[in-house]
Amino acid sequence: MTALTHSWYMTVRHLRALQRQPWWIAITLIQPIIYLVLYGQLFQRVVDLPGFEAANYVSYVTPGVVIMMALFGGGWNGMGIIFEMDNGVMDRFLVSPVSRVAIVAGRLIQMSILVVLQASLLLGLGLLMGAHFDGGAVGLLVLLVSAVLVAVPFGALSNAMALVIRRTESVIGASNFILLPMTFLSPVFMATSLMPPWIRAVARYNPVAWSVEAARSAMSTSPDWRAIAMRITLLVVLSAFSAMVATRAFRSYQRSA
Amino acid sequence: MITSQSRTGNSPALAIEAQALVKTYPKNVRALDGLSFLVPAGTIFGLLGPNGAGKSTTIKVLNTLTRPDSGIARVAGLDVVKQPDEVRRAIGCVAQKSGVDINATGRENLVLQAQFYGLRGAALRSRVEALLDRFSLAPAADREARGYSGGMKRKLDVAMGLVHTPRVLFLDEPTTGLDPEARADLWKEIGRLSHEDGITVLLTTHYLEEADHLASRLAIVDRGRVVAEGTPDALKGELSGDAIHVDLAQVVEERRVRAALSGVPAIRELSVEGAGVRARADNGATVVPAMITALESGGARVASVRVTRPSLDDVYLRHTGRTFSEADSGGAR
Repeated sequence: MTALTHSWYMTVRHLRALQRQPWWIAITLIQPIIYLVLYGQLFQRVVDLPGFEAANYVSYVTPGVVIMMALFGGGWNGMGIIFEMDNGVMDRFLVSPVSRVAIVAGRLIQMSILVVLQASLLLGLGLLMGAHFDGGAVGLLVLLVSAVLVAVPFGALSNAMALVIRRTESVIGASNFILLPMTFLSPVFMATSLMPPWIRAVARYNPVAWSVEAARSAMSTSPDWRAIAMRITLLVVLSAFSAMVATRAFRSYQRSA
Repeated sequence: MITSQSRTGNSPALAIEAQALVKTYPKNVRALDGLSFLVPAGTIFGLLGPNGAGKSTTIKVLNTLTRPDSGIARVAGLDVVKQPDEVRRAIGCVAQKSGVDINATGRENLVLQAQFYGLRGAALRSRVEALLDRFSLAPAADREARGYSGGMKRKLDVAMGLVHTPRVLFLDEPTTGLDPEARADLWKEIGRLSHEDGITVLLTTHYLEEADHLASRLAIVDRGRVVAEGTPDALKGELSGDAIHVDLAQVVEERRVRAALSGVPAIRELSVEGAGVRARADNGATVVPAMITALESGGARVASVRVTRPSLDDVYLRHTGRTFSEADSGGAR
């Protein structure tokens, strides 16, 4: 109960800070637009490849970009916690009885709200660019859920890493090292059936792939609900595991403080 | 200092007990090396020492931010290792580094802090208003803290530390970096905390005059241990006689200074540091002429001489063998 109310206080705090930095909101909203327009144009003709099962690349890539943005939003989330460690805010929280879960949860909830905003914007833009999403409202809902379920575990792990390493450079390095390969080892841009076998094999274990596949299937004319449920479940388990790791990371922080 | 005694009431007689605390950081940096002290409830207790002496680490152990390798620490009667949650409810902390969220207004900072301790509704609002008034922050309450001056930010830090009316307040170097006016302001406020609110205050400082001015008792910390403890007057009283400070016109070898002064029997506890010569004598003023003559005939030209009553600086020198400024410039943590 305390964890819930404290998470709410923290979420309000982060949303208020965000609202005071309009340029930051602008960047987080403009960046996905650039990605969608760029990739949508660049790979336009990919759909002509034999075996590519989509008629229109913008329809194909829009959910991919939504999930890529969620992955990046999560992966970079730990930077904020480093900033708060450096300026003393974190220590002030830790000497108070505030729920440790709430310190991370507040960040993740704020980020999830941003992910939903970004997704809505991308979907609108996708439609303008000629996409059509066959799954209707349910399909869009599954997309939002899948995107948030990528942002949350990667956000939690990014926060955990920040708490343990406590250096901006290391977190930047690690995020760069992980995020782009995760994107390209998944069907964000390219159909699984056209991938080289080894990438296809790796992608089976890639949470980004689980998320993209669940969303695409739900947004298609004939969703495979069993496969979708399976992937969403995996993402939920991963989220719970990552949240546990992040909470544990506070102990390491306390040991070396 | 007399009024503070009446407040102890049903709170434990000891607000803080630190016994044989040891804390080692990676690379074998021993920050605390068997540090012990006791703080009676309702008093202002000062931990005095140069940078790197272990003061901040002591505070971090007592406020649950870090765990000691060994030793026992109790705050408000609660064990910091076994009952960290209870300790956190009993204490307020003002860290050396400000904990103010600069993206939030002063009021928002206070409200969030109050929420952590379970305050709500009207009780929360009136507590926040009272603190804003008390620390003269009301006019700036709805401005973002990024625009606050150093003094305002520090006052907001103290107000946040007090929001849940803690039994023990930790102030880690509270006036470092403040201008003299803001410092005097804060000193007055810290005095009030103990005298009017009955809060036990543990203060760390590396300003001798701050410890002398505020603390009713103090412990001198050096290299992770307490080397002397008592009231400022008692500590100074251990030193009999006046301190004589001589500045030489240029640096002279210590050996030569000692040789020159060996013929002046009235002086004791001679120490030489660069061009500075310090000594002690029962009646400083009468010894000065003989001392100057001896130095000059030994080839050490005297630039200036001061005779002072014992200060905490002298206490520090006596217990650690180093002057305070020498130790401070060598500090790291």
